[in-house]
Amino acid sequence: MAGEGVKLLGYWASPFALRVRSALKLKGIEYEYQEEDLGNKSPLLLQGNPVYKKVPVLLHNGKSISESLVILEYIDEVWKHNPLLPEDPYERARSRFWAKFVDEKCVPALVGVITKVGEELEKSAREAREHLKTLESGLDGKRCFGGTKIGFADVAIAWIAYWVRMEQEAFKIQLIDQQNMPLLAAWIDYVLEDPVMKEFMPPYDKLVKHTRDLREKLTAVVSN
Amino acid sequence: MAKEDVLLLDFWVSPFCSRVKIALAEKGVAYQQRGEDIFGGKSELFLKSNPIYQKVPVLLHDGKPMCESTNIVQYIDETWPSPPLLPSSAYDRARARFWADFIDKKLFDAGGNIWKTKGEDQAAAKKELIQILKYLEGGLGDKDYFGGDSFGFVDIIAIPLTNWFFAYEKFGNFKVEEECPKFAAWTKRCLGRESVAKTLPDPQQVFEFVSMMRKMHGIE
Repeated sequence: MAGEGVKLLGYWASPFALRVRSALKLKGIEYEYQEEDLGNKSPLLLQGNPVYKKVPVLLHNGKSISESLVILEYIDEVWKHNPLLPEDPYERARSRFWAKFVDEKCVPALVGVITKVGEELEKSAREAREHLKTLESGLDGKRCFGGTKIGFADVAIAWIAYWVRMEQEAFKIQLIDQQNMPLLAAWIDYVLEDPVMKEFMPPYDKLVKHTRDLREKLTAVVSN
Repeated sequence: MAKEDVLLLDFWVSPFCSRVKIALAEKGVAYQQRGEDIFGGKSELFLKSNPIYQKVPVLLHDGKPMCESTNIVQYIDETWPSPPLLPSSAYDRARARFWADFIDKKLFDAGGNIWKTKGEDQAAAKKELIQILKYLEGGLGDKDYFGGDSFGFVDIIAIPLTNWFFAYEKFGNFKVEEECPKFAAWTKRCLGRESVAKTLPDPQQVFEFVSMMRKMHGIE
């Protein structure tokens, strides 16, 4: 489907850009993708998101939209087929709540896993496990956050499935406890098998290396 | 509409609760309100309705609980569509959500850093608050309200937080009006609105509350 001048500024390792790519794919929207060099941001990015200067930025009909969850809602409102958000206002509130919960609680804990060592690392991992356990309650016993099929919250949260597995392997810690979080573990398997969700996941080995390098850089700064 | 259908769990000084009250007032929705003692014992309904964050506001509609004030205001707008709080075009709605998110991420914490600190830290906190307000002035542009000619979503998200500015100004020894006159003018405009004027507590009382919090934090 013609995107009428849709362009996405993203970064291969950004889970926030991943969200937008998945949403555009689910809606079948054609767009131009521009990979940003975060060390040398393009004028388009700096103009498109002057407040934060971050990816993702969606450009549509000459206008720019930033903040990934805001972009998801925009996409859902402009292209109304295959709706991401449910119709019922209460269910919409729930979807938005869980998407935000991940950003507010899981992201800092998962970032903590990257930047900390020793006892602090164990503490971050424990926090991450607690938040993931809470996240599981959002499934409400269903297969995915959207109910029977992938919806707004799944698109917003799916990257966790990938990142959590990657961090477990890269840093030899446990984040997903199959016994303690069986529903979330099942959701992770489901999401990682979905052809649309997995299409834009970054290459696994490249992401592991990228994250390990990031940790070396950040922990070196801390200890110096 | 039966008053019992809508219940707000509230704390009088919370700007986040004020957001919900203003939104309900704008929509003409009747509701019941229950003050939570957030320093003392939290009620069972409160703990059950918001087990994850254990914060106010919580809105219960037909017994179904919702938390996070920005989320609640959107819910109110979608459930009682008239008059609309969000603009009609998708792009303008995206701008509104962007500014609401920006305000949520930055404004209250920046204010908190002013009353919680002294000396150099406080000077840095003041600078940060002014920078945030300047960004918001950019978002406002030449318009009367963030959404244009009518009071709406972003105004509701922002205006209760300005209720705490008097306290920040007293502790930080500065005046928002001098640094950000456009923002101050917008504030006055919103305070002239009935739903806002009737909802927001007296800034002097907020100042006394913050003074008490300072003592609790051991700051003099």
